Amino acid sequence: MIRIDFNRLRFLVIDDNAHMRRILRTLLHGFGAREVYEAEDGAAGLEGFTHYIPDIVITDWAMPIFDGLELTQMIRQPGANANPYVPIIMLTGHSEKKRVMSARDAGVTEFLAKPISAKSLYQRILNVVANPRPFIKTKNYFGPDRRRNVNPNYVGPERRKGGNADVIKQQALLEKVKVPG
Amino acid sequence: MKIKADKPTVATYADHEVITPPHKLRGLVSAVESGDDDPVARAERALETLSSEFSSWMDSECERLETARGMVAKRGLIGKHRDDLFHAAHDIKGEAATFGFPYAGDAANSLCRLIEHTPDPARVPLDLIHQHVDAVRAIIREAARPDAEAVAQRLTGKLRDVTEDFLRRENPDRLDEIESIFAPSITPDESA
Repeated sequence: MIRIDFNRLRFLVIDDNAHMRRILRTLLHGFGAREVYEAEDGAAGLEGFTHYIPDIVITDWAMPIFDGLELTQMIRQPGANANPYVPIIMLTGHSEKKRVMSARDAGVTEFLAKPISAKSLYQRILNVVANPRPFIKTKNYFGPDRRRNVNPNYVGPERRKGGNADVIKQQALLEKVKVPG
Repeated sequence: MKIKADKPTVATYADHEVITPPHKLRGLVSAVESGDDDPVARAERALETLSSEFSSWMDSECERLETARGMVAKRGLIGKHRDDLFHAAHDIKGEAATFGFPYAGDAANSLCRLIEHTPDPARVPLDLIHQHVDAVRAIIREAARPDAEAVAQRLTGKLRDVTEDFLRRENPDRLDEIESIFAPSITPDESA
């Protein structure tokens, strides 16, 4: 069984709804996290991101000033801030395919549709901590590799050019961790 | 070549770069023998202690929805009033199941679709907005009744059908999109 040392993780929770922030804080503290910072809109979230340098950002989509998608795009600016690679978990009431694709293309690491559960949140955190994906930088994208799987049945042109590096196989940390003894 | 552990490694190709950031969180993952200490169960227990507040939270979200509905009734489904109604419904959609009122979330979801996907908001019948808001409130108010779930299911099903029918008529050039909106979500139900 894999264990995450939550008390050494720093979270930033960004949601304009105070009830949802309280639920998230409760769940994260329940997992064992001690450092949970909150922001109630995109602008405060960006400020919090710069100030607290969180290990994981959990953000809502629909928020005042600028939304979670715009916030993600601002964080995913290579060279513009302390950690453009920070894992971003988007927690939202939006669950339509179009929205999920937009979030992915903005550079969101994990997508979690409300209603939230302890299990689903834990799984997303486990994924970003134990099984991080490489980042891809192209002319119009900077974010986690959107290819999670190799599809052996894929037929069509290779959209990434440049040798054999189109699919970077990375052994998941989950597989590397062995039970001692 | 020795790679510095705190720097990303970059492989450059014709039209893209593959960047492997330093794995700063690696040290926080370990393997343990057994599942004696279950963090998910701990978090569920923590949420359970919070649940005594859920009913009053749901009430305050309903008041917000009611206020937004009042402004739309007075001023129309425009600008800030439209946004306020949408956000109030959208928050209920996301929270209601956690608070123990899943069907209120379904009714709120139908209202969100109605607002979001009607090209000309002025054409949304005010009665249909009222019916959605009244449904959300009734589902929460009558939750203790023995037949509450069955009634709520029928009510939300009807709202969904009427809304879908209205959106089809209002979007004759976007029927595929409307169909995809009403198709089952591609995100798995992980609320349990």
